[in-house]
Amino acid sequence: MSSVNDTGVMVEVRGLTMRFGGLTALDSLDMRIREGEILGLLGPNGSGKTTFFNVLTGLYKASGGSIRYRGEEVIGKSPQEIYRGGVARTFQRSRLSLPLTVFDNIVIGDYQHMRHGLGFNLFRRKAFRAEYDAYVDKVKGLLEIFSPPLVARLFEPVETFTMIDRRRIEVCRALMSQPRLLLLDEPSAGMTHDETHELMNDILDVRGKLKSLSVVLIEHEMNVIERITDRCVVLNYGKKIAEGTYAQITADPDVQTAYLGEEAA
Amino acid sequence: MNQPSIPMRAPAAVLAAAGIAITLYLWLFLHAESQLSVAILLAVALAAVVAGRRLGATRRLEAAGMSRPGLARLWAAAGTLALIAAFYDTHFALLMICTVLLYTTACLGLTLQFGFSGVANFAGAAFFGIGSYATAVLAAHSGLPHLLIIVIAGVISALVGSLLIAPVLRTRGHYAALVTIAFGILFKTFIEVNDVLGGPQGLQVPGMRLFGYALNDGFTVFGADVSFYVSYALLSLGICGGVFAVVKALERSWVGLAMDVVRTDETAAATFGLHIARWKVVAFMLGNFFAGIAGSVYGMVTGFVAPNNFTFSDSLLMLSIVILGGLGNAVGLVPAAIIVLVLPEKLQFIQEYRFLFYAALVIAILLFRPAGLMPRKTRLFFAGEASR
Repeated sequence: MSSVNDTGVMVEVRGLTMRFGGLTALDSLDMRIREGEILGLLGPNGSGKTTFFNVLTGLYKASGGSIRYRGEEVIGKSPQEIYRGGVARTFQRSRLSLPLTVFDNIVIGDYQHMRHGLGFNLFRRKAFRAEYDAYVDKVKGLLEIFSPPLVARLFEPVETFTMIDRRRIEVCRALMSQPRLLLLDEPSAGMTHDETHELMNDILDVRGKLKSLSVVLIEHEMNVIERITDRCVVLNYGKKIAEGTYAQITADPDVQTAYLGEEAA
Repeated sequence: MNQPSIPMRAPAAVLAAAGIAITLYLWLFLHAESQLSVAILLAVALAAVVAGRRLGATRRLEAAGMSRPGLARLWAAAGTLALIAAFYDTHFALLMICTVLLYTTACLGLTLQFGFSGVANFAGAAFFGIGSYATAVLAAHSGLPHLLIIVIAGVISALVGSLLIAPVLRTRGHYAALVTIAFGILFKTFIEVNDVLGGPQGLQVPGMRLFGYALNDGFTVFGADVSFYVSYALLSLGICGGVFAVVKALERSWVGLAMDVVRTDETAAATFGLHIARWKVVAFMLGNFFAGIAGSVYGMVTGFVAPNNFTFSDSLLMLSIVILGGLGNAVGLVPAAIIVLVLPEKLQFIQEYRFLFYAALVIAILLFRPAGLMPRKTRLFFAGEASR
């Protein structure tokens, strides 16, 4: 496939199909994610957006088709291998370890670089301390960007935080791994307009600093999509029904039917 | 109670007072034989717990322990040594101390499995038993030094446990628990029908020899006869302390963090590169190793192993210590082990009703403290980190 090596294409999806029994969640999907872009993934509920993330991160094994990430086939790889390749995500329903501290939850994002051998952890406490101190600084640095008030509460359990803070912590955990591809599954769900605005500014900031970082954003709020995405893909019943800039997709009659049809129902 | 933040006054003094008080109490408790004295001591314990919480002494002690963990361990070790010294010629009290220390060691292993990684092991007594039997066979039929035998017994326990890795990894939660229950029953049945291992009658375990000195001989200090159990109690204390230190160090390291993440959310763990199987295997093997070495020493202490010592109900006893103490909290195992193991012995005078009383007490404790006697604290990798 020559297109795979096209400069600027990070992910090439071809004919991707995911079936659960009789339900086809993804139906021969073709799409691309480019280097450094913020791609909005839109569609009514149940249109296959989260399923796409789950296939791309190796949690589900696709029924057919291919996903090439930086030239390599993703389907068949374990979630761990895909993570090491530089893909990180957040979850629609927060998936943090509630009894653990903010620090614990964020630092685990960099698991691949942690020295987690038994010998090191048991017997080289001084070296461990040095590594730990470096991580505390790194986590604080990330929190300074996303939520400075959380820095003072670094060692409090996550269960004592509001949903909004938990989402921020999840974004920090994903960024902790310094990913090439960041998948955000409705990061603004449950946030007020201002909070969403703030979070998106932070994401734009981070993207500004890491030029090659690509972001795929599942989002329902249209003004957020308009403001921060470079390009959008719209799904319905697991199929791509439109692709283009925000202006292009909102003008698309199929998209209007998919959304208005759902609202009218 | 009124102050949200505890003024941290003299943690060393708090620990010293608590260390002395607890040691004294345990000394009285191990001494108590009459109905009246046991009843009074239980009432005192209840009053102390209630008063401690009302007056904030419990929280102050917790804070002191958190800020000076090394000193707290020193007091625990010193208190145990003082008890061993005080009961130097009382076989039964020393045997109780050994039992509590060795069960605590095995339960530290179960804590690593269940509390940290979420693998419920309902065959703790079987792995304890494998350690005992391995010791019985090795000590009788080989010339290996006995300290080495303890380690080998632990390794054998871990290796036999590795047979279960595949079914335990393929199942989750209750189903994995069922696999271990089946194994526990299998182990006991296997031992019962195996003539080489003594069948239902069991095997003698030779006493321990350390550097040419036979522990079973006992010795005299300043002309006083010292029970041979003193040597075993010291050995048990050393092993329990060592395993405790390892488990705590693991908890406060990336290993403990990885295990916690695997336990709380396997999907998130996999998404961030953690190998679920690896951490469950590490916890399972290491936990069974600790249960094995505890069983090894226990076999030498009692001098005898039989299948009936390692039944499913013994496994439940271990797991109830783990849960009663506060799942995942290594410190909580000690009071829980004392309640589960020593209290029924002290209630001999009410005969079979003691089990009724003891069961009711366990239910009452969990009613008032649903997360166990000492619920696990939020992990801090280094003492005093929260105030940084």
